[in-house]
Amino acid sequence: MTKRAGDERIADFNEVNEGISEQNAVLEALRCMDCVRPQCTKGCPVNIDISAFIRAIAEEDFKGAAAIIKKDNMLPAICGRVCPQENQCEGLCVLGKKEKPVRIGALERFVADREREAGMTLPEIMSPTGKRVAVVGSGPAGITAAAELARYGHSVTVFESLHEAGGVLTYGIPEFRLPKEIVKAEIEQILDMGVELKLNHIAGRTVSVEELLEFDAVFLGTGAGLPSFMGIEGENLSGVYSANEFLTRVNLMHANAFPEYDTPVMKGSRVAVVGGGNVAMDSARVSRRMGAEVYLIYRRREEDLPAREEEVHNAIEEGVEFICCANPVKILGGPAVTGIECVRMEMCDLDESGRPCPVPMKGDEAVFTLDVDVVIEAIGQSPNPLLVSLIEGLERGRRGNVIVDEHGLTSVDRIYAGGDIATGAATVIEAMGTARKAAVSINEMLMKK
Amino acid sequence: MGYKIEKATEIADNIFEFWINAPHITKNARAGQFVVIRINDSGERIPLTISETDGSLVRIVFMAVGKTTTYLSTLKSGDEIRDIAGPLGHPSEMGNFGNCVVIGGGVGIACLPILARELKAAGNNVTGIIGARNESLLLLKDELATHCDELVVCTDDGSYGFHGFPADILKKKLSDGEKIDCVWIIGPGIMMKITSMATIPYKVKTYVSLNPIMVDGTGMCGSCRVTIGGETKFACVDGPEFDAHLVDWDELMSRQRTYTAQEKESLKLFQDHQCSCGGDHHD
Ligand SMILES: Cc1cc2nc3c(=O)[nH]c(=O)nc-3n(C[C@H](O)[C@H](O)[C@H](O)COP(=O)(O)OP(=O)(O)OC[C@H]3O[C@@H](n4cnc5c(N)ncnc54)[C@H](O)[C@@H]3O)c2cc1C
Ligand SMILES: Cc1cc2nc3c(=O)[nH]c(=O)nc-3n(C[C@H](O)[C@H](O)[C@H](O)COP(=O)(O)OP(=O)(O)OC[C@H]3O[C@@H](n4cnc5c(N)ncnc54)[C@H](O)[C@@H]3O)c2cc1C
Ligand code: SF4
Ligand code: SF4
Ligand code: FES
Repeated sequence: MTKRAGDERIADFNEVNEGISEQNAVLEALRCMDCVRPQCTKGCPVNIDISAFIRAIAEEDFKGAAAIIKKDNMLPAICGRVCPQENQCEGLCVLGKKEKPVRIGALERFVADREREAGMTLPEIMSPTGKRVAVVGSGPAGITAAAELARYGHSVTVFESLHEAGGVLTYGIPEFRLPKEIVKAEIEQILDMGVELKLNHIAGRTVSVEELLEFDAVFLGTGAGLPSFMGIEGENLSGVYSANEFLTRVNLMHANAFPEYDTPVMKGSRVAVVGGGNVAMDSARVSRRMGAEVYLIYRRREEDLPAREEEVHNAIEEGVEFICCANPVKILGGPAVTGIECVRMEMCDLDESGRPCPVPMKGDEAVFTLDVDVVIEAIGQSPNPLLVSLIEGLERGRRGNVIVDEHGLTSVDRIYAGGDIATGAATVIEAMGTARKAAVSINEMLMKK
Repeated sequence: MGYKIEKATEIADNIFEFWINAPHITKNARAGQFVVIRINDSGERIPLTISETDGSLVRIVFMAVGKTTTYLSTLKSGDEIRDIAGPLGHPSEMGNFGNCVVIGGGVGIACLPILARELKAAGNNVTGIIGARNESLLLLKDELATHCDELVVCTDDGSYGFHGFPADILKKKLSDGEKIDCVWIIGPGIMMKITSMATIPYKVKTYVSLNPIMVDGTGMCGSCRVTIGGETKFACVDGPEFDAHLVDWDELMSRQRTYTAQEKESLKLFQDHQCSCGGDHHD
């Protein structure tokens, strides 16, 4: 795929990765060995028939390829862009053992973009069953469950608390990785399939738990939206953001275009982003695009960064300065942020994850201060408690996640769950995989009655 | 697609009352809860308290202070706003407490009718104390009089009712030995801070409704975090009502000023634009 240079990229929010051409797509498809027992499909949480859609590309039947993908995945333009393919389908491709794996994600994206430009086709919908299902949340989990249930002929209502659908796809992942136009187009499909989408509806408040239970079944896809904070001094100064707030202001509310849009954001001239995952990379790269110098502070070593390698590279190319083996201890200033005090970390014994444990170094030399005017904490999110804490008898795990069995069923009859609310913060495609499994079980349950 | 403003009225100087058709909100709305509205596609999400409901209509009362509320104030009956979400936040603590005092300052008075009505219905004896800078800024006093057993009206300049602050009336009642079981204070930060100090020596349960800057209103961003008894809470989901005696007021008020410069710029741009197009600003 082609990519523009880092310093050119940070001048706008346009997509970084420009995709592959038709010619290259066909060439890439021809690399696939059409394995008898394809490993790639096992690595895909929704089990797309990868070798079949790649074969269709090789035969230049792009429409056919799209139809094959969409049997299992209604959001291919999104997944082709944001799936961590290296750990999933591509990670298992046999070609990866000797040379490079087939670029399955890029091919999926190519097919989906083609289809969108040519006009999308909808899957067949079975005759109406007369059953009603409530889906809470319109992130990848909710959308997938809704599409799947609509396909079975059930009448589906999706409740979403924000004014736009999409969950993290809309408010979290920035435009330059996932254009919002594409998110809208793929979500639009479920509306065309007859799903009713109720925006500005907070389940648990607008719609009570009793009202949800008037449906024949309920699917919870409320995500892991609750931001964690470090709990250090100075955290509530003006200019300290959770990554969720910072990204929501920019992605959902368009604060980068203030005052054309009404929502403000502190762009900062020197910004510290705390964390080392994909969310931290996104925050840092958004900050760079709004003109700030950006430090990314991570408590372990560079090789331990949990973010996708590609995103780390992108961030480096765009001029983000990485400060590894350091941890903030105090945010300075008042009422606005003027700096962040950090302590250097050393790596000691292995912890339960098998990685060396970061421990603060002793002595004054281990402490240093960075002059910054904005701090963004990207240290994790946990399951959103708003609705699930109101449902009586709903079992939850230690980290607040809803406990489900292998069918996606919770401890409460007729209530199912999938996506980040069940697994804890994970990935788009895993959310879709668990949602689909739950939808299949919901269908079985409804049709048995 | 939008939500229709059935009735728009200026009920006091620069303070507006809108009845908006939003059946999804009125069904489960209780005292103490709020809505988040967005006027149009480029608009900001702003929180406003639910002042009263009537069938499918929800009432909001707001003061035109910045771009969004000023823009909102130019809308007329029959116009639509793009989004209204809610009811958000925990409902007010409700029960038969005995003697309750509800205090409103400035536009905060708008939050009292639904609260006084529910407290009354729960069997309480309800006293209302409302205060504004002057008579032209007083609102909803006739309506409140119907829900309260006693209503005291104050103005800072003495242009109407008692010459002084609601805090003075509250202090007097307490020092006179009146039995007060529960107090609500809703208004500007500084007014809530000062008024709530009056009940500390008497250990009277005192609630305030905090108004930090919000974005989603659903617990997802942390913009609304406030410190209550040394602990960080999200006002939109843990509140917005909290024990007044535990609030870190200085932090709240300082966080409210985070965007002062941008807010000024935004309002000025809007006013300049309004002048150049004759005040007609409808999308
Ligand atoms: C910044 C960021 C970048 C990421 N990048 C990637 C990436 O590149 N690749 C990848 O695979 N994964 C990525 N992820 C993770 C991925 O986005 C999530 O795992 C995925 O979105 C989870 O989907 P979900 O449907 O479970 O929840 P969400 O996407 O969180 O959606 C939940 C929805 O439910 C709504 N909701 C919550 N409570 C209620 C309620 N009570 N009533 C009504 N609606 C409610 C919310 O408003 C939201 O719209 C990223 C996450 C973040 C935050
Ligand atoms: C739970 C809650 C209930 C509220 N109820 C009412 C009400 O019933 N009537 C009323 O007049 N006002 C109410 N407010 C305050 C109201 O939200 C602000 O006046 C409004 O957002 C100002 O927007 P603006 O663009 O007109 O002004 P701006 O110029 O943007 O801001 C003026 C001041 O309002 C505050 N403010 C700005 N943006 C926000 C935001 N997104 N969220 C919260 N505060 C903000 C800031 O302190 C700022 O200094 C409430 C606030 C909260 C949190
Ligand atoms: S959806 Fe994701 S994991 Fe599945 S084939 Fe596509 S890129 Fe791979
Ligand atoms: S494992 Fe690789 S080579 Fe084999 S079918 Fe899948 S993509 Fe093709
Ligand atoms: S406003 Fe976002 S968490 Fe409260």
